[in-house]
Amino acid sequence: MLQKLREERKYRLAIALLIGVVFGFLLQKGGATEYRVIIEQLMLRDFTVLQIIFSAIITGMAGVYLLSHLKIADLSIKPFNVWPVIIGGLIFGVGFALLGYCPGTMAGAFGTGSIHALIGIIGMLIGAGVYASFYARIQKKLGIMDLGDLTIQDHFDISPWFIIPIMMTLLIVVLFFIELMGF
Amino acid sequence: MDWLEAVRWSPYLVGAGIGVLVWLSFILANRPIGCSTAYARTTGLIERLFRGKKIDEKEYYKKFVPELGWEMMLILGVIIGAFISSQLSGTFDLEVIPQLWSNAFGSSVLLRIAAALLGGFFIGFGARMAGGCTSGHGISGTIQLAVSSWVAFIMFFVGGFITALLLYSLIGGI
Repeated sequence: MLQKLREERKYRLAIALLIGVVFGFLLQKGGATEYRVIIEQLMLRDFTVLQIIFSAIITGMAGVYLLSHLKIADLSIKPFNVWPVIIGGLIFGVGFALLGYCPGTMAGAFGTGSIHALIGIIGMLIGAGVYASFYARIQKKLGIMDLGDLTIQDHFDISPWFIIPIMMTLLIVVLFFIELMGF
Repeated sequence: MDWLEAVRWSPYLVGAGIGVLVWLSFILANRPIGCSTAYARTTGLIERLFRGKKIDEKEYYKKFVPELGWEMMLILGVIIGAFISSQLSGTFDLEVIPQLWSNAFGSSVLLRIAAALLGGFFIGFGARMAGGCTSGHGISGTIQLAVSSWVAFIMFFVGGFITALLLYSLIGGI
């Protein structure tokens, strides 16, 4: 049954659409599709975005590792290609502040009527295309240190079940402090 | 059904909901939630429309084949979901220049559109270079304890923090 859902194209696409609808609904209800909320987060005047992301990480970690442990799902770890991740991440940040949305929330914001989010979508399509054209050259120059599918537990050579409670506690403490500061 | 019409839900509740959604995505589709790949594939499709099969030679499009697939349906869903939510709460608004932007830079439509276009460009370029965005790295990747995702997530916010401070505080004076 699960196999059929995962493999048959029409079911796969329907599931993607459904997950997207719930994701968009949640992002909007959380305020993450609002330009002001994102900009004020980047200026450290509003912490809604980090409250959402940290709560998602706290909730997600143990469940996803349990699914992987029970062999229901396979983890999908993105390779740590050091320089592209760092430089690309910083470039992303510049755009994040200029536009006031990220790839998911710009789609959501467009759904709530934001016209400048639609302009951002067009800009993003162009940016992704330009990157695709320079991909081979950039990889040759910057892809000199690729650490592969590295996870935190690999780095420390211990069980993920040791890391997960530590990360959960740390994030809960951070959320608690943010709350304490009056946000 | 007042809760469906509420303007805002608690960020903790929304975050926990997204965490559960990542489980569901792994169970039902055996994959994490990520948004930026959809844009790369869409650009590939548009490029193919104009330049034909030639673009399939590009190394990047061999890795991310331009086709209508999972990610694009996800993005379509996000647009629909946010639309429904904003309709229910009555917050749907055809916004061109947000208040905070006009406080800092005035009400020139052209200026805002130029900034949004440039911002989108950097996001597209940076996300593909980093291998993901706030959802693929920032939520799904950090959940899986990937080092790349934690580093990318921190870089997104470091870059965003510095730029926002320079742009809105120093130049915009807010």
